[in-house]
Amino acid sequence: MADHTMTAMPASPGLVADLRVDGRLDARIRAARGEVVAVIGPNGAGKTTLLRALAGLVAPEGSVEVDGTSWTHPPRLVRDRNLGFVFQDQSLFPHLSALDNVAFGLRSRGVDRAAAAATARDWLARFGIEELASRRPGELSGGQAQRVAIARALAPSPSLLLLDEPFAGLDVGVATALRIELARHLASYDGIALLVTHDALDALTLADTVVVLDEGRVAQTGTPHDVSARPRTDHVARLVGLNVIREDDVFRSFSPRAVTVSLTQPEGSARHRWQGTVLSAAPHGDAVRLLVDSDPELIADVTPAATAELGLAPGRRVWLSVKATAVETYSLRSP
Amino acid sequence: MSTQTSARALGRPPLGLVVPAALAAALLIVPLVTLVLDTPWAGFIGELRTEAVRDALRLTALASAVTVVVCVLLGTPLAWLLARVDFPGRSLLRAAVAVPLVLPPVVAGVALVTALGRNGLVGGLLRDATGVTIPYTTTAVVIAHTFVSMPFYVLSVEGALRASGEQYDVVAATLGADRWTTFRRVTLPLAMPGVMAGAVLAWARSLGEFGATITFAGNFPGTTQTMPSLIYQALQSDPEVARTLSMILLVVSIAILAALRNRWLTTP
Repeated sequence: MADHTMTAMPASPGLVADLRVDGRLDARIRAARGEVVAVIGPNGAGKTTLLRALAGLVAPEGSVEVDGTSWTHPPRLVRDRNLGFVFQDQSLFPHLSALDNVAFGLRSRGVDRAAAAATARDWLARFGIEELASRRPGELSGGQAQRVAIARALAPSPSLLLLDEPFAGLDVGVATALRIELARHLASYDGIALLVTHDALDALTLADTVVVLDEGRVAQTGTPHDVSARPRTDHVARLVGLNVIREDDVFRSFSPRAVTVSLTQPEGSARHRWQGTVLSAAPHGDAVRLLVDSDPELIADVTPAATAELGLAPGRRVWLSVKATAVETYSLRSP
Repeated sequence: MSTQTSARALGRPPLGLVVPAALAAALLIVPLVTLVLDTPWAGFIGELRTEAVRDALRLTALASAVTVVVCVLLGTPLAWLLARVDFPGRSLLRAAVAVPLVLPPVVAGVALVTALGRNGLVGGLLRDATGVTIPYTTTAVVIAHTFVSMPFYVLSVEGALRASGEQYDVVAATLGADRWTTFRRVTLPLAMPGVMAGAVLAWARSLGEFGATITFAGNFPGTTQTMPSLIYQALQSDPEVARTLSMILLVVSIAILAALRNRWLTTP
């Protein structure tokens, strides 16, 4: 059920991976050259394991093929896979300058010192941090360090670029600026990029394709628009702020703004009304977002005035309802 | 400031702790003070110029320097192996490396004789093959020094390698670096504080080495007589000379301590 919506093997060269790491991952990933794939999913879904398996840092069963060359049969060492890895904590070499960090991959692949330094300087310039070339990582801000880390991964022109939560731990403003920059660099990058993120915004702004991982399996693959409009997992539904109800192979989704909250049982179809207890009420934009433990758990956005009028505090029993016209219905069988 | 106030608020330190503490401090300090007081300073420079002292100083400096070099060249790879490579018997090897730390030096000397003596397992083979014998040579001094100093070096460097972690090795691998390049450009530079500390420790241990050396290499002026051996000998004939020589080693030792002050003397 997991991946039948996947496109057939891409005609252009790219990534064909079929990976199993016992208990943690069982995923098939296809991506064409130049494609940016965002991998999203809750904690423990296997996102980082997927990246580490592709890099060869964990030994998976299955196969990885990049641009028609197998990385698994025979197995290739990490250093012989032409990849770039951007780690969550940057992991810049603390004893090397920003320039030497970026030049490192080129030097270890046999580029001579002067040429490596020139290329590295060029990459720092592309990220607008050329003047920081001689600084050590300890003297860089979080955003600057992440730019160096991305430049370091891209400098040797890898076939496969793996980014593990590249914006985690950065201030919101810094992350936003860097996201825009990264979008530009990924657009001109002709390799395959896999971006692990827990942020729907990353997936929507950077990716051509979104892969949703759930419990180590691919739960959904599609364009960012498709995945966000018709989520198939609670996790993605929550990320994009939708309610999703699954009945066998049919999903029904609706916005929390479309939900009406009342204290008495509303009129209308039983399919579109639920009873439950308010679990939490928190400001969300100019509304108040309620989480209700109905079956299934739903979110509803109500006005602050209604919140006060109906006494919508945690513990309150409420009825939720939604107009049939506000519900989008889609099937697992259609993409 | 507030911690000082609250400390006083807890009352005076009990005599049951103050008296033993004072005794311990006296035991450590008084002999050093009396050594300084009893040193015949008038003849200090003259003593330094005698041939026996010059030879012993030269040999001690040479042996400790060569020991440090051997420790760095052989001990660094051993520390790396212990810290980075998972092989069967690793914890056994680590334990074995630490044994010379607690071994009485005389026992170390006897052990070296059984291995490298004229009739020792390795020494005998060497003699049969080349006619070369190791005991009672300057080489024997260096081997004895290395035997007792290496554990300090290896454990210090291994600790530093573990502390700097394997993550940077992983990063280097994703950037295409082989293990040798990674070691040279990443692992070793990051472990440099441990290398320096280990080298100083090994050097200090080598400087004071007496038991293993005199057992395995003897006490021959010019070839195997180091400063501690000379002090031991002088003590039996001319205690004044022994005190002068001891003073020299004390000064050197305090210089080492000063060099290490940032590492061990700063209070937490």
